[in-house]
Amino acid sequence: MSFVSVRNVQHLYGDRIVLERVNLEVERESFCTIVGLSGCGKSTFLRLLLSQERPTSGEILIDGKPIAPEPGPDRGVVYQRYSVFPHLTVTENLIFGSEVDRARFTGRLFGAARRRARDAVGDMLEAVGLEHAADTYPHQLSGGMQQRLAIAQALLREPKILLLDEPFGALDPGTRARMHELMLDLWKRTRMTIFMVTHDLKEGFRLGTRLLVFDKVRWDDQAPERYGATITYDLPIGGNEPVPEDIEARIGPSDGTPTAREITDADT
Amino acid sequence: MTRLVNKRPGRGHILFLGLLPFVLVTVVYLIASDARLSENPNDKLLPALSSFGDAIERMALRPDPRSGAYLWWSDTWASLVRLFIGLAIATGLGLIVGIALGLIPYLRAAFQPFVAVLSLIPPLAILPILFIVFGLGEVSKIVLIVFGIAPFMMRDIAIAVAAIPRELVIKAQTLGANSWQIATRLALPLSLPRLIAALRLSLGPAWLFLIASEAIAATDGLGYRIFLVRRYLAMDVILPYVAWITLLAFVMDVLLARAAVRAFRWTGEDGG
Repeated sequence: MSFVSVRNVQHLYGDRIVLERVNLEVERESFCTIVGLSGCGKSTFLRLLLSQERPTSGEILIDGKPIAPEPGPDRGVVYQRYSVFPHLTVTENLIFGSEVDRARFTGRLFGAARRRARDAVGDMLEAVGLEHAADTYPHQLSGGMQQRLAIAQALLREPKILLLDEPFGALDPGTRARMHELMLDLWKRTRMTIFMVTHDLKEGFRLGTRLLVFDKVRWDDQAPERYGATITYDLPIGGNEPVPEDIEARIGPSDGTPTAREITDADT
Repeated sequence: MTRLVNKRPGRGHILFLGLLPFVLVTVVYLIASDARLSENPNDKLLPALSSFGDAIERMALRPDPRSGAYLWWSDTWASLVRLFIGLAIATGLGLIVGIALGLIPYLRAAFQPFVAVLSLIPPLAILPILFIVFGLGEVSKIVLIVFGIAPFMMRDIAIAVAAIPRELVIKAQTLGANSWQIATRLALPLSLPRLIAALRLSLGPAWLFLIASEAIAATDGLGYRIFLVRRYLAMDVILPYVAWITLLAFVMDVLLARAAVRAFRWTGEDGG
């Protein structure tokens, strides 16, 4: 039986259908990259997997059981922005998870317990290359360092599933390439199941073991809200295949220029 | 020609220009005072600087012949105690209620309209009610300050907490935090800079409510003294008291601004 099952999920915002007839079976330890035009519901899909929102209809199962109704430590997340706590230093951000886990009332550890927690995050600090920035605040870090911190923070809770919402979208190309190396390395070590939304088709092909394309199969110019997006391509990928032309034509090269469809389509 | 919006004063100019209005007001006062006193040496409206000196010495350095107290300092103490207790209670309420309203949708639905209406009641209009309910003692004055500024602080903190990016609240949940931990470890520290800002903005109204309540019913305090000596047209006491109140308020504002910069290094801002 597959690890994550999505069965006939439909999601509406008011009258607007965002997702419809989404079906998906994902094996353990997959790295699913999700691509699609702006407003195609790919981020919405990620929010459903996170239980940040509940699907209007249909069901999502993890390990055969219905998904927990609210976000929890079994599913980690890294967003493009606002992923780390600005009022905590790098180390404090990393020990936050064990602090709230062990001190249910104060949410803080003191003395020896705090020292142990600090020691416990040392390896992770090193793995993401932040050992020299341990006591700095996020606003003093570069964008890439902030995202490395966010990833490390999420991994420390050892989630079964890691959800990434365009985590490298705001980074420059060089930093992004190094983040790809890091991400693949961490994924190989932890063997988590990863879902990653990206608008960069090449990134999707480079990182994933499976590529999901979200798109609308039906389109009404007079009433674009009447039809939702679904998974139109579901490709197993192994690393270095060229990007298929039909998908590239549909999603477009990742140079950030919006297509006419994107402009008429509202943001999601 | 350089546009006016692009002309910038240098450092020396900034100091000079900043002091200029103070110097101008002082000079105008001295000229006017001198003109009135040369016509009538007993004029009480614009006393000479020497009269201020005498009044300050009488109030601050010599005990009052009747009570034996140094009135300047006993008035200051009485007023500051009322002010600080009022500010402390209002700040505590603002923080607790603000975070609760900002974070918990059910509490927001139940109490946000109520707090909004509460904040629109003119505090001075309920001062008679406070005097009737709490008597003429300290409690009614402190309650007036609390009533005057707490609703504003509650709303301000609630807005600040509601403006915390949704991503951070979700992230905290994925790290295992419960509602209480989200309130204490996320909402509380993230709203503290806003609390200090709200407190600074509330200093003016807090002094207003303090002096108003002291003017109406008190036996000591800075506001009481000003309104008491008004009967004798004692401008030589009133003006130094007003200057002293202004100085106290200014120092409190500066201290709060300094404390904010030091306490909130994580914001990456240098205060202001």
